This record gives sequence, C-alpha cells and structure tokens, in this order.
Amino acid sequence: MQINQPHQTSRGMSDYQIKMAFIMPTMVLLILMNIFPLLWSLYLSFHRYKASMPAAPRFIGVRNYTRLLQDPEVWGYFQTTAYFVLLAVAAQFLIGFGLALLLNREFRYKGFITTLLLLPMMLSPVVVGLFWRFILYSDNSGLLNFFLSPVLKSPIGWTTNPKIAMLAVVIVDTWMWSPFMMLIALAGLSAVPKYLYEAADVDRASAWFKFRWITLPLVSPLLLIALLFRTMDAFKMFDIVYVLTREGGPGTATETVSMNLYKLAFRNYNTGKACAMAYILLIIIVALSNIYVKYLNRVKGEA
Amino acid sequence: MKSVRISLVFALILAFAFISATKADNHQSQSLTIVWAEWDPANYLQELSKDFTAETGIAVDVIQIPWPNFQDKVFTAFVGKSDLYDIVIGDSQWLGRNSQGKNYINLTDWINENIDVDAIYGPAMTAFAEYPKGSGTYWALPAEVDAAGYVYRKDLFEDPKEMAAFEKKYGYALAPPKTYDQLRDIAEFFTRPDDDLYGIATWYSKEYDGITMGFQQVMWSFGGSYGDAETYKVAGHLNSEDAAKALEFYTDLLQFSPPDAPNYYWAETLNAYTAGKVAMAMNYFAFFPGVVNPETNPISHDKSGFFIAPAGPKGHYISIGGQGMSISSFSKNKDIAKQYMKWFMQKPVQEKWAALGGFTPHKEVLQSDTFKMATPFNKAFAESFPYLRDFWAVPEYAELLAACQTHWNAAISKIKSPKEALDAIAREHEEIFEDAGYYDQ
Repeated sequence: MQINQPHQTSRGMSDYQIKMAFIMPTMVLLILMNIFPLLWSLYLSFHRYKASMPAAPRFIGVRNYTRLLQDPEVWGYFQTTAYFVLLAVAAQFLIGFGLALLLNREFRYKGFITTLLLLPMMLSPVVVGLFWRFILYSDNSGLLNFFLSPVLKSPIGWTTNPKIAMLAVVIVDTWMWSPFMMLIALAGLSAVPKYLYEAADVDRASAWFKFRWITLPLVSPLLLIALLFRTMDAFKMFDIVYVLTREGGPGTATETVSMNLYKLAFRNYNTGKACAMAYILLIIIVALSNIYVKYLNRVKGEA
Repeated sequence: MKSVRISLVFALILAFAFISATKADNHQSQSLTIVWAEWDPANYLQELSKDFTAETGIAVDVIQIPWPNFQDKVFTAFVGKSDLYDIVIGDSQWLGRNSQGKNYINLTDWINENIDVDAIYGPAMTAFAEYPKGSGTYWALPAEVDAAGYVYRKDLFEDPKEMAAFEKKYGYALAPPKTYDQLRDIAEFFTRPDDDLYGIATWYSKEYDGITMGFQQVMWSFGGSYGDAETYKVAGHLNSEDAAKALEFYTDLLQFSPPDAPNYYWAETLNAYTAGKVAMAMNYFAFFPGVVNPETNPISHDKSGFFIAPAGPKGHYISIGGQGMSISSFSKNKDIAKQYMKWFMQKPVQEKWAALGGFTPHKEVLQSDTFKMATPFNKAFAESFPYLRDFWAVPEYAELLAACQTHWNAAISKIKSPKEALDAIAREHEEIFEDAGYYDQ
C-alpha cells in the first residue's frame, strides 16, 4: 500500500505539487500573454474603440466586420495578399526544392556552399528590405538597373511601377526564404533510405521513375510542412513591404492585409476595427492550415 | 549573531536603494527631455538649449526620431502613458488627437498669464497651438513655423541661351514661376532625360504625409477643399471638378520628374536637387540650409534661388509646415517644461533661434530685416506666410491622412483615375466623420 502513495520529498512537496510548480509559471504566462489578449481582442472587435483616446469601448455588434467585408478596398488588399502568397510560395518551393536536389549528393565544399545559401534566411527582414531598396532596386543607382542598362532604354521602376512592384517584393521574399524550403527538403531527401534507390537501380528504373515513386512520396510530408509554414508566414507579409515599397506602394499595388492592419491599428489607432481585421485574417489562416493538414495526413497515409 | 548580520545586510540594501532613488529623483528634476523629428531644427534647438542650461542648471536633451517613425513612436509612448518625453514638438495635425486624447496638457490659463500672445504671429498660434480652432483654448506654443517652398537653379534660369530658347518656345520670359501653368512650362522645358536633367522634384511619396502635403496646396489653389469645416461634409468639395483638375495637373507634372519621383518626399527631393538632377525642387524651408551649404551641395550651393509656391487658377494657398511645443500629460517635469517654454518665447531667445536657423513664430523677429536677410531663403519664407493653410487637425486626422496618402499615391501611379481616387477619399472621410459622430450633432 505504501508504494502507491504519492512520493513525498524531504521538504514535504508531493509529486502533484512539484508538477504544478513547474507548470504554473508557464500556464500563468500563457494566459496573460496569449489567451487573455486573444479574448480581449475578440471582445474589442465588436466595439468602437481607439486605444489612443480615453473613451471606453462602445458595443456596436458586428459593424466592424460588415464594414470591412463590404469595403472594396479591403477585398483589394486580400487579392494583393493572395497574389503575393501564390507567387512567392510557388517560387520558393520550386527554387528551394531544386537547390535541395542539387545539394543532395557528395561534392567538395558542400557544407560551405550550403551555409552560404542559408545566409539570407538568417538576416533581419528589415535589413533585407533596406538593402534591396537602396542597393539593388534604386532607379538611378541600383545594381540591377546598372547591369540591365545596356539592354534597357530607361531604368526599371522596381518600386515605383505598380505593374512591377509586386514582382520586386516576390523576388526579395523568394531570395530570403527559398533557403528555408531548401533546408526542409534537404532534411527529407537525406532521410530517404539508400537501399530503395539501389533496388530501383537493379530493376533499371529511370531517373524520373525514382523521383516520382521514391523521392517525392517520401519527401512530400516534410515539403507540405514547409509549404504550410511559408504560406502562413507569407500571408502575414508586412516587414519587407513596409520597408521596400514604403508602406505598400505605389498606390495600393503591394498593400497586403497585414500592412493595412498595421495602419489601422498603429497609425489610425482604430483598435476595434483592427481587431476585427485581425480575426478575419486569423480565420483565413486557420482555414488554409486545415486544408494543408488534411492533405498532409492523406499523404502520410499513402506513404 | 546570524540575525544581526542579516539585518545589517538588509539595512545596507535599503540604504543603497534609498540613496539611488533620491539621486535618480534629483537627476530627473534637473533635466528635461524634448522629443522632435530628426532634422536640422532639432540640432539648432539642442544648441540653443545650452543657454537655458547655463541659466538654470537644468540639462536639456533633444531626442530626435526619424521622420517616417516619428508619429508612431510618440503616439505609442502616449498609449503606454510613458513619462519618457516632457515636451513634444509635434505636427499641427496632432493637436486634435492629443488634446482630446488627454496626451497634452491644457495650457490656456498658463499661456494667458505668462506668454505675450500678441507677440506671436497670429496664424501660427492658430495652426500650432489652438484646438478647436477659434476657441482660444491652447495646447501648445509654436516652436518652428515652416512652409513648403521652392529652390531653383539660378545658373540655368539666368543662362542667356536658356532664356532665349524658353521665351521663343513659350512666349514669355524665363523667371521663377508665379502660377502653376508657368511651373509646368518650366518643368517641361528643363526635362532632358538624355542629360539626366529633369524639370521638377516634388512630393509624391506614400510615406507619412508626403503626397498629401505636396498635393493639397495645388488642390486648394485650383479651387478644391477637404470639406466644409462647419458641417464636416466632404462630398462635393474633395471630389469636385476643381479638385479632379488639380490631381490631373499634379499627376501630369510627374512626367517632368526623375524616374523614381513617385517615392519622393523631402529627403529625396533634396537629394535630387543637390545631385544636380532637377532645375526646381519643392521642400520645406527648414531643409534649405542644406541647399546653400557647400559641403552638402557642392554643385549649386551658390547658384540657388528660392521662390514661394505658385498660385493656381482659383487661389493661392501653401501647405503649412512646422510644429508646436506641447507638454506631455505623463511628464513628471511639467513645471520645468513650462519654465523652458517661457524662456524659449522671449524675444532675445527667438532672435538667437532665428540666427541659428530656426523659423521663429515671433512676429517682430520674423518681420525684421535682419531675419529676412539672414539667409537667401528667409525672404521667400516670410512672403509665404499669408498663404499658409493646414490639413484637418481633428482627432481623426491620422485616418483622414491615411486615406489621402493611399488614394492620391494610387492616382499618380495610374492605378486609379483622379476622379476615382477623390471619390474613394471622399467616401472614406465621410465614413470616418460619421463613425466619430460629427454628423450626430
């Protein structure tokens, strides 16, 4: 019977108390820093409230949501964001996976080259935005326009031409985040058992057959996780746009939902409306993630 | 013995904490923190404040925040009720929000008792200190009074060959423009992309209040307006035919600017001018010391002339610049802040402020020949005064401004037509006013 009693320490704390002592700080932090702000912002999203003004929140029902969803400008920001996510994530997937396939073999200086390729990912997005803006994209003194000058009549307005500005943002984001896709894909590729390829070689399988029926199915779950992370992250695109195209310009050509959300919350201090916008964004990201997770589970089941 | 030791240690810690707290308190009471944007006038103020420190022993620290983040940082500090800043030198548009938001203290009684209001240029007092306008309620004192003006290349304008060619093409003599039509002609005339020379650099940027400050004076001068200041009705004013013509004109002017001009605000226009890329550039007068300085403008520091913003077909208005000096409600040094402001408004201090390069709001100093002759641009600055006008200064100004910035920038980028952009702004402005209850009264 004695053996089933909760263990008591020399100071008299039970196992339960020790468990609680470890868990409680985390729980308190989680409630204070995550759960409470989440619920408070949900509450505010149904109120007219400005954090910069002393007036208390005033309940207005779903008016913030209807105003946002009926505003053609807001739909425009969602379209811009979707366009960016589609282009950027697709480019990062193709380039990242391609680089991983190239690096998934033994050659001289492999470690050094891999490290070099990972460098952009380690930089601050603001720094990346600034140096692309000033060094590479500048109309008059940018390196890109300098190298293109022999074949161009006039410099490309990377950040001033509304038809090109989004492409400029996609290029920067792809430069920065393709290495992330490459890293995850590389991890997946190196985990594929060598004997499968050896068996395929014995059967004289073609390179495409090996890629389609061995490599891709085994790497897919990891690739889907990388895609999930990048989609969620790209949907929240703010920092590069803020710095590179000066708050989503020209006009609204690169104004993503997050950029507009920042303006609503911290420029206009329209706190209630900003909370509603944040919840709309959250619902979309959760929905997108669910689609990915369902597909991931299916792929795992097939594998 | 052990308990005695513990008591001793506690006593020492308490004594140390008490001494530190007293020291910190003493230190705080002997210093004043002023926050302003990062630009030359803030350096002049830091220099000027040395006299205040010499007189009173109170140290003055002028914190400078880069322009694009200036508003965000100061307002975030207000939301957090931070006592980081004692005096805030903020834009005129901030008055409504910070007075109604209880971030600035009401200075009406103190100003009436301590400051000679009659000595201050009236429109500056209205623009930078009073809210609501005409109420006689003051939240600030004018610190730096500024206006948008133009610098031009005298060597190009006074070149006989250029003058003859211009007169032959346009039928009148080449001289600093008096109207926007003349401004366009001159900008067109000097646009020579093959020589990397363009006619004009003005403000088109989406950042902060760039394009709004640049375009609004054109809109007013063409007959448009932001709305009815009594009823807050916007439709029919902001999206009027006159305003649309003004926006068409401003968009058209872009073709005579360098290729990256859609991103231009004060820093970029200044750079374009000092790099010799443009014949004319618009900027706040406060930035013109950099134009006449051989170190920052080796190309044309001695070949630059200045003129006031031109008139339009239906009026003559110029965007007001500059800032007022307010005391933060969260400051722990309010009395010292008042002492500083009283000191700052004295005539001898204002004379020194003007001599350092600050644009004084003091009527006598401003109108003195000494001031007008002090720099090549002070005369044009003084001439601009009767034409100054301001953006809305209501608490919702930031939202109103954001709508203007987005849609006007979209218009010059050809994403929207001028009419579409103006209609969108009018709609958003009326929504903002409606939400804020302006139509309930």
